[in-house]
Amino acid sequence: MIRACSVSELPEGEAVRLAGPVPVSVFHSEGAYYALDDTCSHQDASLADGWIEGCYVECPLHAARFDLRTGAPDCLPAKNAVRTYPVVVADGVIYVDTEARQEVA
Amino acid sequence: MRTVAVVGTSLAGLRAAQELRAQGFDGRLVMIGAEPPYDRPPLSKDFLLGKVSAGDIALAGQDDLDALAAEWHLGVRAEKLGREGVTLGDGTTIAADGYVVATGAVARTLDAARNLGGVHTLRTLEDAVALKQALAAGPSSVVVIGAGFIGAEVASACRLLGHEVTVIEAMPVPLAPVLGARMGAVCGELHAENDVRLITGVPVAGFTGDGRVAGVRLADGREVPADLVVAGVGARPATEWLTGSGLAVDDGVLVDSGCVTAYPRVIAVGDVARYRCPLRGVRVRAEHWTAAGEQPGVAVANLLAGSTVTHFARHGYFWSDQYGRRLQFAGVATEDVRIVEGDTASKRFVAAYHRGDVLTGVFAIDSPRPFTRLRRALQRCR
Ligand SMILES: Cc1cc2nc3c(=O)[nH]c(=O)nc-3n(C[C@H](O)[C@H](O)[C@H](O)COP(=O)(O)OP(=O)(O)OC[C@H]3O[C@@H](n4cnc5c(N)ncnc54)[C@H](O)[C@@H]3O)c2cc1C
Ligand code: FES
Repeated sequence: MIRACSVSELPEGEAVRLAGPVPVSVFHSEGAYYALDDTCSHQDASLADGWIEGCYVECPLHAARFDLRTGAPDCLPAKNAVRTYPVVVADGVIYVDTEARQEVA
Repeated sequence: MRTVAVVGTSLAGLRAAQELRAQGFDGRLVMIGAEPPYDRPPLSKDFLLGKVSAGDIALAGQDDLDALAAEWHLGVRAEKLGREGVTLGDGTTIAADGYVVATGAVARTLDAARNLGGVHTLRTLEDAVALKQALAAGPSSVVVIGAGFIGAEVASACRLLGHEVTVIEAMPVPLAPVLGARMGAVCGELHAENDVRLITGVPVAGFTGDGRVAGVRLADGREVPADLVVAGVGARPATEWLTGSGLAVDDGVLVDSGCVTAYPRVIAVGDVARYRCPLRGVRVRAEHWTAAGEQPGVAVANLLAGSTVTHFARHGYFWSDQYGRRLQFAGVATEDVRIVEGDTASKRFVAAYHRGDVLTGVFAIDSPRPFTRLRRALQRCR
């Protein structure tokens, strides 16, 4: 488990990027938190910079949309899913289990 | 509709085929293309830099192609479109009920460079492979003609590869027609900041060298030594094959706001199409990746409906990577440009263009997040 940030640091509709060998980002949308690999599976863009709406984040470079729950893209140009990770909120702090990758289609 | 022929199998043609199937067309699909579908933007960026290979830039895997259940005619050109159908270079004629024109554009060349070795253009994978090989031979001075996006990206890649580079631009300010004079000047500064010489306001008059280029002559009499030249002087729509087809062609195939020609069974998409933009009220040829990817969805719906039932009403958008920085632009540039975040000196900023109180365009360097927010606001300003 790694500490992402406090709940107050991540308002609705925003994302925070956690640097690391494989950057992971935490998204806050419609009251829920999601953690995804930050790098778009299409080319080289950071999903944390994307547009968050409902259960989706739209890549800031070529607009592929990823489902925050599964990491799967729902339109081109991305074809492959990004990995998702469990998120835990405890005592006002958001944690991500970067060890437990949830592989999805 | 039983048979649809798609001519041009790059981004716009491939997306049209995918849309045809996604929108329920289950008839015969014929794909005619001089080249297989690959992605062009990396050619002047990561491909030149050796970060991605030809395999990496394919637009579709074999299973994606198989899923189209199409009949492929690859490596062959369409030479004519007539009453009897589309005639290919190998003599085959394919009769169809619907046609998708997606033949894109061809790099402009400089007449003065004809029959001169060492002068390149960059549009196709073949061009990029040739340029890469020429760069690997270690030219001592590279001259890029044209400081537009392709020219700037090539200059950037050559510089990052360690070459000595000069960029020559005929206009006083690079990119001014697209980004406006102020932002064009900011982009021009990127060259000097990265030790690339930028010469502006002087057209190229010709070349020196016997059989192989030795230098570039400028209209003011100066000569810039060069043993490798890349001309990034724009592209013209690939419409020669439509001569005699009855389609209206004027700097591109003329189509309505739904990408449909005067014949409801012929649509044109991507760089080859000059469509009536409902947002701007003028005809434009988008010449950008996003439009080539998005127009087919609209155009195919209209083709299948037999008339224009939906319109392509999206603000233009493109990106560019130069000297390790990411440039993004959407909408239309005006004289009224305000920096809304960051500063131009550090080359990390967002600029918003206005007409009166209306937001018309957004330009950003290395600021994807605020750019995306403003681009959204732009979409709401219709
Ligand atoms: C080097 C480079 C870098 C770029 N970078 C960017 C960027 O960073 N951002 C951006 O937004 N855009 C960029 N673009 C623009 C983008 O690539 C184009 O807008 C896009 O490729 C247009 O797609 P298209 O399918 O309409 O046309 P094209 O990609 O030109 O494809 C047309 C296809 O039709 C084929 N063809 C032509 N005539 C015939 C014929 N008679 N019969 C059969 N086949 C034919 C051609 O061989 C080609 O394969 C770049 C372009 C280039 C060249
Ligand atoms: S990099 Fe994300 S869609 Fe292309």
